[in-house]
Amino acid sequence: MAAKKMSIIVTKGSLDWGYPPLILATTAASMGLDVTLFFTFYGLALLKKKLDLKVTTLGNAAMEMPMMGMHMAMPNLVGALPGMDGMATAMMKDLIKKKGVASIEELREMAKECEVRMIACQMTMDLFEYDRCDMIDGIEYAGAATYIETATNSEINLFI
Amino acid sequence: MSVTVLDVKGLNCPLPILRTKKAIKDIAMDSMLQVVATDPGSVKDMEAFCKQTGNELVEWKDEGGTYTFSIKRKA
Repeated sequence: MAAKKMSIIVTKGSLDWGYPPLILATTAASMGLDVTLFFTFYGLALLKKKLDLKVTTLGNAAMEMPMMGMHMAMPNLVGALPGMDGMATAMMKDLIKKKGVASIEELREMAKECEVRMIACQMTMDLFEYDRCDMIDGIEYAGAATYIETATNSEINLFI
Repeated sequence: MSVTVLDVKGLNCPLPILRTKKAIKDIAMDSMLQVVATDPGSVKDMEAFCKQTGNELVEWKDEGGTYTFSIKRKA
């Protein structure tokens, strides 16, 4: 029986939004699916050799962090202050470690290990003037037609 | 019959499943893998993983938040 297929369009490159596509990709691959990830716009940040992902509280109304037995949300006005994104990022990374959640680097490495096909959107590479040298090895560069061809042959297609 | 034990205590989704997948392909067909986890989500996930991959979840138990899964390699 031919393996089932899944594709995901990855459009976000923040520390929090980097998780869903990589978690689903590695899990699906582990469950025997052929997986393709198509990284476009800010999703390309996840393919850089040097990952420097951040999280922001701005415009994120549901975001609250556990703190001393409570949950703390941050008003936009405070979140906009210099240093706040850095602080939120540090807190998130700390939580990730404490709770036994894999890092984005680990998940990406595992995705490569289980042969998840990763495609970087060439148009976005040009648009944002990214250099292929700055991206990890073993990825493909292609465009919408390649994605559509893949999606047409996949049982599951997601946009994240 | 020998049982291979995989300890994924303290690890969170999706690591227990990814480690299970890796471990199961290293054991012989029809032999047992025992996975010990603390992730409450792994109860449903291990069942789904086995169903999708064609391996057999022979039994699982919950001992005060520590979950032990006995999986027979069938695929």
